[in-house]
Amino acid sequence: MPSANLLFQALASGLFMGALYGLIGLGLGLGWGILKQINLSHFAWVFLSAYLTYELKTRFGIDPLLCLLILLPVFALLGVLLQAVLAKFSITPFNSLMATFGLTVSVEAFIQLVWSADFRRMNSHYDELKFRLFGVIVTYSEALTMLLSLVCCFAVWWVLYKTDIGKALRASAEDPDIARAFGINASKLSLALSGACAALACCAGVCVALTFTLAPSQIFAWIGVIFAVVMMGKLASAWAPLVAGLVIGVSESMTMALIAPTWAPLVSFTLLILILLMRRSHD
Amino acid sequence: MLKRPFLKLLGASVVLPSLHSFAQTTSKVIKIGSTLSLTGPLAGTAVVHKIAGEIFVELLNKRGGLLGRQVEWSVKDDQSKPDLARTLYEQLITGDKVDLLMGPYATANTLAAMGVAQRNGKVLVSNSFGIPSLAKYDMHFPGYVIGAIPGTTVPTTVLDAILAGGGNPKSVALVSSKFPSVIFMSEGAREVFKKRGLKENLWLEWEFGNKDFGPIASRLKEANADFVWLGSIGPESVQLLEAMDKIDYHPKIHFHLYPSPGAMSQSPLAKNALTLTTFEQHAPFTNSPVYAEVIKLYNERAAKANLPDTVFELQAANAYTGWQILEAGIKGSGSLEDRKIADWLKANKVDTMVGRVRFDGPNNYGDDLNRIKQLQNGKWVVLYPKEMALPGGKMIL
Repeated sequence: MPSANLLFQALASGLFMGALYGLIGLGLGLGWGILKQINLSHFAWVFLSAYLTYELKTRFGIDPLLCLLILLPVFALLGVLLQAVLAKFSITPFNSLMATFGLTVSVEAFIQLVWSADFRRMNSHYDELKFRLFGVIVTYSEALTMLLSLVCCFAVWWVLYKTDIGKALRASAEDPDIARAFGINASKLSLALSGACAALACCAGVCVALTFTLAPSQIFAWIGVIFAVVMMGKLASAWAPLVAGLVIGVSESMTMALIAPTWAPLVSFTLLILILLMRRSHD
Repeated sequence: MLKRPFLKLLGASVVLPSLHSFAQTTSKVIKIGSTLSLTGPLAGTAVVHKIAGEIFVELLNKRGGLLGRQVEWSVKDDQSKPDLARTLYEQLITGDKVDLLMGPYATANTLAAMGVAQRNGKVLVSNSFGIPSLAKYDMHFPGYVIGAIPGTTVPTTVLDAILAGGGNPKSVALVSSKFPSVIFMSEGAREVFKKRGLKENLWLEWEFGNKDFGPIASRLKEANADFVWLGSIGPESVQLLEAMDKIDYHPKIHFHLYPSPGAMSQSPLAKNALTLTTFEQHAPFTNSPVYAEVIKLYNERAAKANLPDTVFELQAANAYTGWQILEAGIKGSGSLEDRKIADWLKANKVDTMVGRVRFDGPNNYGDDLNRIKQLQNGKWVVLYPKEMALPGGKMIL
């Protein structure tokens, strides 16, 4: 019989992992739902950001949170540039998948060229700092991930539902022609949104660098579970990816703690299939 | 009048082509072909094999090459994909017409190359093949010298090392990746430890690529065993140690199967970790001045290649050993014919940098030359067996 401490610690672990899933899924889901682009390079931005954070911290001793402030505008610009190129060639959703896959492979090659394929681990004081919350040990890295995830979800929700830009974005996503008739400049908005999605990937990258050992090939290791998060949640939603991420993260870690770690990867996809089936029957 | 020039011409026409062909055979370089995972997930370690191989070929050519001919090593990038490795080995044999083969990096790619070598009757010396029971080809010779049954010999050596180092574990917790060359070793360890009377407090497996080690760490803490066997590969060891540290759990005796040595030596959490090696950059391994030069060259080139860990150890030594085996086979048989090289290797022992190697056991495997090393003050030191231990070294348990 597992102890209460084991269960609570596993629950906490799942929550933090889920928060990261949600943060990565947030930008991907926004682009997918509003821009109608399945942007695989989102994963490449996450890891490029993680590597740059590693480099800035290791080489110059810059605090990872300060790195985030430095990198955010850079990634926003990358996102804008990507959207400008995709829009110029009027790329369809399926073609966007192919084009951004190519970009992801290129970014992986670039990372490998600069940092080699060997594993890299950023050491920061956030790893050593920890506190107890109801008997559960929490590291600052995990707490920061949770906090950043919540802040990003709230910011996206606020922009989408409390500002004119958000209304315009939602209108464009729902019916681009009608939105255009009302004077909404869809191309400018899409540039801004793509920049925001890349900036969200940058946030997730800093969290990845704080918690994980980095290797270029790991870009692809996240795709399956994050797609499950995005599809289980709702496209272009602010909170759904986080909720879906938490559900998957917690179910995976509870499976590991109570049954066997080897069953954990099956959980996210079984849940995805079940939820999609239930949603279909509900519709 | 015309007779003499005609005879000269006739003589020249006979002698010149044979001289030309003689010159061709004696001056032609020996082409050795292989693939390595220069890109993809295995590239981090494969680059070590590339540097070690280049140093070997360079020094070999300085010594006069093989059978009086210079050696040229042609390396293709298999992108860490066994199917591509298979195609490239076919290309090396049929298209590039290489004289000999050298193995790729990692078990799956070696297995792919082995099939091609077998079909074409070529000798294949491997340097990182981790599942001896799968090496059915009779002209495959392993440079990673782990014996025919490492699932039994490795855990036995690990436990013997711990006992010799003053440890006396009564219970064990085993957690393992399901990576093919890892899981059979961990399963073997379960059997060995049971037979040796250790109580098994925990047995867990995870899929390769697992990201969240928190729950596994929590279960290890709960199991509270005297000795923890981590069937880990690559970064998993550090990830598990970090997850254990997070919950304030620091096992006293912890063994790691195939950790990324650089990442481990840079992590303060890996203090006193035990793992396997066949060679380490300290005495008595470095006593030979020949190897001292090899190590110096390697250290320089690894630093130039921006490798995070520039120390010459297991992977570099295994790569070098593979080349030494091939050299011994060619020189011993005095031939480039694969069958003759294979026959010579089966009948003889080869002195390599990891020790004396034989191929007369099952699947051409001989002794298990694994040694046990421990991370002490950020440096790996071999402590078992005694004759290969760092002079004055002591295990910390």
